Amino acid sequence: MTSTEEVESISEKSERLLNISMGPQHPSTHGVFRMKAVLDGETVVKLTPVFGYLHRNHEKLAERTSYLGNMPYTDRLDYFCSLTNNWAYALSVERLAGIEVPERAEYLRVITAELTRLQNHLAFLGFLLNDMGVWATVLIYGFREREKILDLFESLTGARMMCNYMRFGGCRCDVPDGWVEEAKRITDELPGVLDELEQLLTDNEIVVARTQGVGTVPGRKAINAGLTGPVLRASGVNYDVRKVDSYGVYDRFDFSVPLGSVGDCYDRFMLRLLEMRQSLNILKAALNELPSGPIINPKAKNRNLRPPAGEAYGRIESPKGELGFYLVSDKSGTPYRYRVRPPSLVNLTLLEDMCVGQKVADVVVILGSIDIILGEVDR
Amino acid sequence: MTEDKQLQDELALYGVHLTLLEQVYNWGRSNSLWPLQFGLACCAIEMIASVTARYDLGRFGSEIFRPSPRQADLMIVSGTVTKKMAPQVVRLYNQMAEPKYVLAMGACAISGGPFKGGYNVVKGIDRYIPVDIFVPGCPPRPEALLNGIIHLQETIRRQKLSGPGKARHADRDQPSEYAIPEEGGRDLVPQYNAETWRPSWQGGGK
Repeated sequence: MTSTEEVESISEKSERLLNISMGPQHPSTHGVFRMKAVLDGETVVKLTPVFGYLHRNHEKLAERTSYLGNMPYTDRLDYFCSLTNNWAYALSVERLAGIEVPERAEYLRVITAELTRLQNHLAFLGFLLNDMGVWATVLIYGFREREKILDLFESLTGARMMCNYMRFGGCRCDVPDGWVEEAKRITDELPGVLDELEQLLTDNEIVVARTQGVGTVPGRKAINAGLTGPVLRASGVNYDVRKVDSYGVYDRFDFSVPLGSVGDCYDRFMLRLLEMRQSLNILKAALNELPSGPIINPKAKNRNLRPPAGEAYGRIESPKGELGFYLVSDKSGTPYRYRVRPPSLVNLTLLEDMCVGQKVADVVVILGSIDIILGEVDR
Repeated sequence: MTEDKQLQDELALYGVHLTLLEQVYNWGRSNSLWPLQFGLACCAIEMIASVTARYDLGRFGSEIFRPSPRQADLMIVSGTVTKKMAPQVVRLYNQMAEPKYVLAMGACAISGGPFKGGYNVVKGIDRYIPVDIFVPGCPPRPEALLNGIIHLQETIRRQKLSGPGKARHADRDQPSEYAIPEEGGRDLVPQYNAETWRPSWQGGGK
């Protein structure tokens, strides 16, 4: 990251360079993100991201909250995907305390995580197209479908966004009557919606012109920067924590990992569309095979949990990439250290490399294609 | 004047409508509240959801979100205000043209919410700018936001433009801009704007 002085010295060198500040209040910075850009005409010469406008002391607060009390806080990290955040945290604590998870709970976790991935990618498409200037059309289509999935979350967990559903050793409550049938119905409907979106977008001249060849990241560079998730796979690197770790029961499902070839914004955008198809495959299988049994390990202690001293790292493939929680326990009721490895922050590290040499209007599209959430970036 | 229903009906036959300027003014403004497009945190997603197909804020005349504070009437403070962000929020409020309203959406904007204990969170945006409507929830459902906006519309329709008890924007003695807090050593300076908020030991209260 470059300091302010460096940016200023560059602008002193050349009179024709222009310093602009985008954000923190800007319609396309996805919250309160700020970028300081140096422009030569319309071309970006230098770009400095400024973080911290939503720094909510997540990690420090967690050090004085009980292990169970931290679960609702994880909802608010990446507020689109509360269920995957819950899962990553529960996984870490389960590793720390050595808790087993019953089979039905693992299936419920897979189902809710894949539903989360679907609704996140639907919203992502809407925001990306918003950034390109398709004002609200795709956003409204995406949110129309997202609301159906949020209804499922609401009837299962009681909340639309902040689900707080997972517990150490299982899930909080079982599915209500008719939930599985409703979930199946929505899973059967969604491919039609995806067809519609693909028809609308993939060959669209404007989408192609705005995204192809914009913000290209070669695979090696993406690996070196530690990118994960769709942004990494769009560069052609086959790395999906669901396959690599096969946490939960992901090894029982037959799904493929879509890969891009160029690593530009178009690949990142197409990858999300293809990933949704794979999520639907997993969902279909998981809903059909959902076993009966307990939803939480009866021996698992949730309240007043005091895990043995040690450390654990649990990671899952959240819709945005590898989400990890690193916990250190000193046998007390609160974590000694609680560290979040947020996918969107790490994916942002290449933002300047992607943007330099592009036009300033493309910066917005590149930022949109990374899919950041400020709750997670700033924590 | 406008209470005489019979006279009103009779005059309406001749195309004459009697009303108070205040009522027309308030009616027009309450039905075209343009919010500032300005998301802070989680609540912003529910704010977007309330604009989209299912909840459709446009039914109440507020679907046009303006990214520029110069064109906005309503500031929806949707999420946690951190100490780094609070100066920008107050600056945006100062840049909005009168009459302007503030809706504090969600627990964080009202009081700091779940993050109140943190070292970097402002414990309620009403410490710096006057808030007209509080919508509680974490995050509030889109219905709750709609309810808040409808309440605000009702408040606007009741506002008086002259005489005692006139609205804030019509009162020349009331400030239209507030001091922008700055980063101090331990906390923001000032810690609150005394015109809008006082701690309870100084006679204040929510």
